[in-house]
Amino acid sequence: MSAVLTNPPPVPAQESPGLWTLAWRRLKQDPVGMVSLAIVAFFLLMMAAAATGLIAKDWSKEKGVSYANPSFLAGAENLEAKAMAARETSKAPPVDLSDIDPLAPRYKEWEERAAKIAVTEVKRAESLPFGGDKWGRDVLQKVVKGSEVSIFVGLAGALIATFIGTLLGAMAGYWGGRVNDLLEWFYNIFTSIPYILLILSFAAVAQATGSFGKGIFSIILILSLTGWTGIYRLIRAEYLKHASREYVKAAQAIGASNMQRMFVHILPNVSHVSLVQLSQHTVQFIKAEVILSFLGFGVPVDQVSWGTMLAEAQNELVIGKWWQLAAAGASMAILVTAFSLLTDSLRDALDPKLK
Amino acid sequence: MDEQNLILRIQDLDVRFRIDRKSEPFQAVKGISFDIPTNTTVALVGESGSGKSVSAMAILGLLPENAIIAPASRILYGARDLTKAALPEMQAIRGKEISVIFQEPMTSLNPVFTVGEQIGEVLRLHMGMGMRQAQARVVELMNEVGIPNPQLRVNSYPHEMSGGQQQRVMIAMAIACEPKLLIADEPTTALDVTIQKQILDLIAGLQERHRMSMLFITHDLGVVGDIADSVVVMQNGVIQEQGPVKAIFESPQHPYTKALLACRPRLDRRPKRLPVIDDFIKGDGRPNLAERTRGTTPEDPIILEVKALNKTFFLKEGLFGKRAIPAVKDVSFRLPKGKTLGLVGESGSGKTTVGLTLMRLHDATSGEVLFEGRDLLALSEREMMAYRRRIQIIFQNPYASLNPRMTVGHILVEPMKIHAIGKDERERVDMAFRLLERVGLAPQSFYKYPHEFSGGQRQRIAIARCLTMKPDVLICDESVSALDVSVQAQVLNLLQDLQDEFGLSYIFISHDLAVVKYISDRVMVMNDGVIVEMADSDEIYRHPREEYTRKLLSSIPKGWQAAAQAT
Repeated sequence: MSAVLTNPPPVPAQESPGLWTLAWRRLKQDPVGMVSLAIVAFFLLMMAAAATGLIAKDWSKEKGVSYANPSFLAGAENLEAKAMAARETSKAPPVDLSDIDPLAPRYKEWEERAAKIAVTEVKRAESLPFGGDKWGRDVLQKVVKGSEVSIFVGLAGALIATFIGTLLGAMAGYWGGRVNDLLEWFYNIFTSIPYILLILSFAAVAQATGSFGKGIFSIILILSLTGWTGIYRLIRAEYLKHASREYVKAAQAIGASNMQRMFVHILPNVSHVSLVQLSQHTVQFIKAEVILSFLGFGVPVDQVSWGTMLAEAQNELVIGKWWQLAAAGASMAILVTAFSLLTDSLRDALDPKLK
Repeated sequence: MDEQNLILRIQDLDVRFRIDRKSEPFQAVKGISFDIPTNTTVALVGESGSGKSVSAMAILGLLPENAIIAPASRILYGARDLTKAALPEMQAIRGKEISVIFQEPMTSLNPVFTVGEQIGEVLRLHMGMGMRQAQARVVELMNEVGIPNPQLRVNSYPHEMSGGQQQRVMIAMAIACEPKLLIADEPTTALDVTIQKQILDLIAGLQERHRMSMLFITHDLGVVGDIADSVVVMQNGVIQEQGPVKAIFESPQHPYTKALLACRPRLDRRPKRLPVIDDFIKGDGRPNLAERTRGTTPEDPIILEVKALNKTFFLKEGLFGKRAIPAVKDVSFRLPKGKTLGLVGESGSGKTTVGLTLMRLHDATSGEVLFEGRDLLALSEREMMAYRRRIQIIFQNPYASLNPRMTVGHILVEPMKIHAIGKDERERVDMAFRLLERVGLAPQSFYKYPHEFSGGQRQRIAIARCLTMKPDVLICDESVSALDVSVQAQVLNLLQDLQDEFGLSYIFISHDLAVVKYISDRVMVMNDGVIVEMADSDEIYRHPREEYTRKLLSSIPKGWQAAAQAT
């Protein structure tokens, strides 16, 4: 298709903005849209950097004291850290067993050897930029690293769900008849089960059988296999509407095949719906991942996500350590809000009502 | 005319639209002035984009938010200036003293209320009537606008009525409060000729009986002759000419008015090319009036023959029931090569279904479509591909028949790719450029999207798309009905030129008899799915045999009778 424009004989006298170009121009005029776009881009960059190890590489290092204070609360009393330190310092000197230990003569040799190895006792920081968790890990780095899993799960899940929903919706809406009946029946079964229950049952099956693979990939699959329904309905409705439009009839008249009509002619006209749905579902799945991790069905323990952070935070809150909750909650709230606003702006910019 | 007799005076009306923050506001109406005297009908005539509807909406204060009315503009209604009236004041005037009828009755009526409730609402709002009183008046009004069985129809929903009846309901709403001024914005453009005639008679009668003034907006000078007292001709936001209807029709001064009068095809003559506006504005104002002869002979080679074509639609009824709705009943005709077969009928007569069925865009219920002796309906999908390109169709609505997400270049090259026309991309692109030039579009159009073109230009693109496949038969399904008369003339000329050049055969489907008469060699009149009458076009217009044909012919707007005899 694009081959048409590879060797344009005369130079176009003036640029002729396509619909996406026009949409981009409208989006540029929308300050809210642009700010949210910048925020989303920032989060995506952060995610990419964390994934490639550029930042937050050593998020799992225990750098601070237990529940290290945030640096803006550096002076506050940290009872937990004191208690921990007290336990360490108050350790009783080892009982002298040299009388009965057959290896006692080697004690000296060992001590000499041990002295050769330079042991530098790292002093644990009293405060970290945004505080520390129970093991003294830096909350800020955890949030950055956690974005990797959360956003990746959200985006990948939404991409797969949108793909499934668009494909099935296109088939049901375009063909109608039996195909539509079958898919509607399938859809009704999916939507008749409460959403959370459906996710949890999928998650339970996935954990028990391991059939969805391990770790975050199983979450992505679970979310996309349960989340395509809304997209399917919308795309189906759009296809129903477009299939009887004159331009599709015109395409049939010039001999375009069904596949061409479905995906070359109609799809670009409904793609704005898919796009907005993609963005809405990304938000929804980021939240769903948090819920799953919170319930313990989510990411494995050796990884961090905003969901696991929130799950940890429920115990910490009791003892008044709020920063882990605040950090994970705030970054999620900012991303989700920005993403939602971006979705709204996108919908406005992609308004299919043509001039 | 003195001040006392004026209902409305428009002075230096200047309306601009802000498009975006950067560019200058677009000036849609450029300081126009005209008067509407009491108890008269003023027609505001112009093509789309001339600013006629904008002027009318300015009177009602119904312009969109991005409109700016220049401070010097005055719309004097009695002692008040409506451009400066406050919102509550305008609301009291709208619907009561000045009311309006819109073009599309289907979209102007609220589908969830019965028509009785909708007419009654106006009465309760403005006349302070109670439920019962309003109900009685509604029946009275519906009777007056000619809706049969008003007692029953009061409880109908808009979708239960035909387009003509819906427009009657709109008119009933508009005259419910005995307005002093009625604004009719293209009230008959969406309707069939026969209905158009009835509605025009109704409006004219009501105007006289209620002694109100009317501002009648239309793009078609033809319909104005019967009902208007004076005419205002607008072009590009300025008034080109205004005067009493007699003067406008008998001795038009401005070339634009002359062009508008001349570009509508007429029943009594058939020039080789229809005059277009450029002939009058740029040329010497004497278009080529040589006549073209039309007609068929039995010896003409036949390219397409349809035998006993039937198409029945099935509506689901209840859980298992089906109801058969025959749309086309035993239609048989022959299309001679290089000639045009006109297909006339009102909406619902099955004429479009005939076109779609013989291209196999609908499956026929029974019958044969013989194309060069082969029955197209019996071919498999694969065998049909070879014939598909040879019969092409141009649809009615140029805004819907082009894919908005494809560039014109893409639209033109795609069919050539599907049918492997041209040996490579390069050749196809070259061909697309040649065709663009042939249909009168600039080469840059290749890179543009359909929304950047006007209706007439889009129809040219649709024609070019068909031509890429070098078809033998072209079905024009109401292809010029959605266009302004002036643009319609250009497209008709183009179609005629293409027929002369490539020897195309046309099936020309339209509800407009004047257009069909102009372009067709043979005319077929359809009603309720059957062919009522078929004859050579001159024959059918001079000596219609059937009652139905005569009824259709008598509904054509006569324009100004004197004008038809002059020139």
